[in-house]
Amino acid sequence: MYDVAIIGAGIIGSFISRELSKYDLKTVLLEKDNDVSNGTTKANSAIIHAGYDALFKTNKGKFNALGNPMFDKVCKELDVPFKRIGSYVVAYNEKEIKTLKELFKNGKKLGIPDMEIINGDELRKREPNLSDEIVAGLYAKTAGIVGPFELCIALCENAVENGVELLLNYEVNNIEKTKSGFKITSNEKSIEAKYVINCAGVYADEINNMVNKSKFKITPRRGQYYLLDKSANGLVNSVIFQCPNEMGKGVLVTPTVHGNILVGPNSEDIMDKEGTQTTSNSLKFVKESASKSIKNIPFNEVITTFSGLRAEPTGGDFIIEESDTEGFINVAGIKSPGLSASPAIAEHVVEIIKEINDGLKENKDFNPIRKEMVRFSELDDQKKAELIKKDERYGRIICRCENVTEGEIVDVINRLVGARTVDGVKRRTRPGMGRCQGGFCGPRVVEILARELGKSVEEIVKSNKESYIITEETKGDIDYDKKEKKLALS
Amino acid sequence: MLNYDIVVIGGGPAGLAAAIEAKKNGVKDILVIERDRELGGILQQCIHNGFGLHVFNEELTGPEYAEKFIDELKNQGIEYMLDTMVLDITEDRKISAINTENGLMNIHAKALILSMGCRERTRGAINIPGTRPAGVFSAGTAQRFINMEGYMVGKKVVILGSGDIGLIMARRMTLEGAKVEAVAELMPFSGGLTRNIVQCLDDYNIPLLLSHTIIEIKGKERVEGVVIAKVDENRKPIPGTEKHIECDTLLLSVGLIPENELSLKAGVNIDPRTNGPIVNESMETKVKGIFACGNVVHVHDLVDFVTKESKKAGKSASKYVLGELVEKEEIIKTNADEGIGYIVPQRIRMSNVDEKLELFMRVKDVYKNVKLVIKADGEVIKEFKRKHLAPGEMEIISLNSSLLEGKQVSNISVSVKGA
Amino acid sequence: MNKEVVCIVCPMGCHIKVKKDENLYLGYTVEGNKCKRGKEYGIKELTNPTRIITTTVKIKNSHLRRLPVKTNEPVAKDKIFECMKVINKVSIKAPIKVGDVVLENILDTGVDIVASRSM
Repeated sequence: MYDVAIIGAGIIGSFISRELSKYDLKTVLLEKDNDVSNGTTKANSAIIHAGYDALFKTNKGKFNALGNPMFDKVCKELDVPFKRIGSYVVAYNEKEIKTLKELFKNGKKLGIPDMEIINGDELRKREPNLSDEIVAGLYAKTAGIVGPFELCIALCENAVENGVELLLNYEVNNIEKTKSGFKITSNEKSIEAKYVINCAGVYADEINNMVNKSKFKITPRRGQYYLLDKSANGLVNSVIFQCPNEMGKGVLVTPTVHGNILVGPNSEDIMDKEGTQTTSNSLKFVKESASKSIKNIPFNEVITTFSGLRAEPTGGDFIIEESDTEGFINVAGIKSPGLSASPAIAEHVVEIIKEINDGLKENKDFNPIRKEMVRFSELDDQKKAELIKKDERYGRIICRCENVTEGEIVDVINRLVGARTVDGVKRRTRPGMGRCQGGFCGPRVVEILARELGKSVEEIVKSNKESYIITEETKGDIDYDKKEKKLALS
Repeated sequence: MLNYDIVVIGGGPAGLAAAIEAKKNGVKDILVIERDRELGGILQQCIHNGFGLHVFNEELTGPEYAEKFIDELKNQGIEYMLDTMVLDITEDRKISAINTENGLMNIHAKALILSMGCRERTRGAINIPGTRPAGVFSAGTAQRFINMEGYMVGKKVVILGSGDIGLIMARRMTLEGAKVEAVAELMPFSGGLTRNIVQCLDDYNIPLLLSHTIIEIKGKERVEGVVIAKVDENRKPIPGTEKHIECDTLLLSVGLIPENELSLKAGVNIDPRTNGPIVNESMETKVKGIFACGNVVHVHDLVDFVTKESKKAGKSASKYVLGELVEKEEIIKTNADEGIGYIVPQRIRMSNVDEKLELFMRVKDVYKNVKLVIKADGEVIKEFKRKHLAPGEMEIISLNSSLLEGKQVSNISVSVKGA
Repeated sequence: MNKEVVCIVCPMGCHIKVKKDENLYLGYTVEGNKCKRGKEYGIKELTNPTRIITTTVKIKNSHLRRLPVKTNEPVAKDKIFECMKVINKVSIKAPIKVGDVVLENILDTGVDIVASRSM
């Protein structure tokens, strides 16, 4: 019997699990996929919003404002890339300047510090590639960028280190209220827990509806992005938003923590909760829309396109509360600015648990510090030399675009919450993230995964269970005739 | 700090030929740095034949071609490091490199030869929409898996791009038991050699769909199919021509890009038409003492021409080290005119040219029975008849230096003219 | 017997029509070729098309798991898959030198399978 079962190892579930690991609790984190950070967390704008945007007196407004200042500490403890680079919302006309003023006012109410409205010329002095059509901008100094999947993985690792149990490939099929709590069933086995926290992202409605009378619906709202090569670095040095409208914050252009440029997203409501395909129309829209705010975006330097799904709830605001079933807590509809709000949401959820449980005992052994990550390419020469001397595998570069060594790859496979898939390695230490997209390092990463995990190469997958890379060894028994491979002889 | 006369970065066909030629021209301390576990570069996975017709007058496979140079390199006693990655180079030719054995090395070279080759364009670079499942490979990655590692990457295959790598892989996958459903080509003509279309596609009844592209990739975890469509003359998909092809694998053979991230660190300037360094008649970049050759300069069609060009780079680097290269002189610029995509070299100093000035170029379209017109400062100095020109095939013209002797020429242009 | 082939002797890619004609010395008429070599190629493609096979065999005790090989002479085009079946069963041990025969006289064609690199 667990004290708490958290459903979903995205950024919210992971943050809550780490927050709960500060207390003397038996916590289990359930994830339907074979890795954490596999849904919305892996595909979003990666921005820590300053917080002026979400309305005062909403959960979004409250938790964004509270969450933003918390990132410095947690990212330091967990050795996760985070930079406060500031953001601008740009305006093209009087009507939009009015919107800027409203945002500014809203921000003031929420207590957002360091905001100012500046004119177009001043704006272009700071960001020379901004369009000449822009007449004003709202600057917010506290906006930042983070590695969202790195943060999520780090949170899980730290949570597990502090006693949380992580069950991967655990897709919840049914939840039953029992006398003492809940019985959760998957295809494999059932578990029992006193409290359940529903952080199932776009599936949070289905999880809620298994237990509660009061239903809600989550609509996947897809956003598509372009990722530009590091050679585009410097195009903008802060986050550039367009004026928000009813569908969201509009298309943005931002640097990433790793020095790429991210352009997107659009916004479209879809039916399929796995519908993360990109479409030519939407990508075209993103391209045209972004080109309005930024001059000369080098779209010939695109290294990949992707899309992510925001969990859009009925009602529009975050749902963070104990449901009508006692002990079952919903943390649902955590769309943007969910990432920015996540640390504050996690603290709040712990408060809810404290209240239901009549207090919680602290975990005296809690260690907030995660074992440091090795980032070989960022080390100075002396450190590089020392590292190779200690472990020669740091002397072998596997990914030449991002300069990732074999040592780093082996490390992320063998850590707690280690990588099990090619994408898992990629999200943890970046081979395949670069301009060749794994063309050179792909086969080597597969080989290293197989070796470290004691598996055959055929067993290594890209991401999910069926995403096999190799079909078979060559030189098998091939029936050429049966496969209708007649030569052209006529 | 390790010191060498010449350091060659990249042990593929370009680097091998350059190093050997430099040694033959009297330079002793040469080091070749290779990131892979063996020399030979991409040739080691190109197990098909067709290499060497110009250099050796026989048809060799890629590994055979490579082995001849590797043997020669070893016979010449040229030093090389395998499994070694260059992390940084500077304008004054300091190199920082690592490997497992020696750790971090700082190396200084009197002359540096860049021969890092190229990489394949990716799905992202050409923006194919759809899902992002496993089973989308660049043709070269698949080639490595199949030919060197011994693993098949799929059973039902569609190939986008009919350059030679795409064609060769269609045959390779077929011979290893896969069914290649089609090769789609965006352009109205194939970028590959006719011989490869015949022997790799026609022989096996594999359809070549010209003026077609892939507009969507389907499948959640592994590729389940692709949607192809016809394109119009502007290469835009024509609505209503979409067709779904069931497959588990998509191979991309959609172009190669010279790998110049290191070159940029040394301050070398890049020609946007070739994506490679701007070089002069000696294959020297803008940075004194830094030379470049092979696919890092421009993507070649035949390795034989890589060898030819790299020998020139190796010889020039040795001259530079020995103080024999003429540095100061009027520079002639080459200019890709009507119908010509690019010309290498982009700069010429006549004093360093022997009897013949060789210009490597590619045309922009398919032409039959035309002339290549060479002009010096606007005046025609030579014409070459050509029965057949295609963007997939590199064109080389050889000019007698005497044509330019005694003239104060500042510009040489090449254009295609109907006969 | 008629056949249309694309000539691969040079990059021109002539479309050649080959027709059987008993009355002629060569036995065939060839149209569409622009040179003599094209004529020879056309007749060969009609009468006895052959190809070099390049592929791999399993290898043990080496840093790679496959050794590239080729036929030392062209084999009849219609024997390619039959040859592949035989080649696929070959497994050899390193070390091996380029040019070494890994399989002699495949399918009694008189053609050998040889290593195309040392390993």
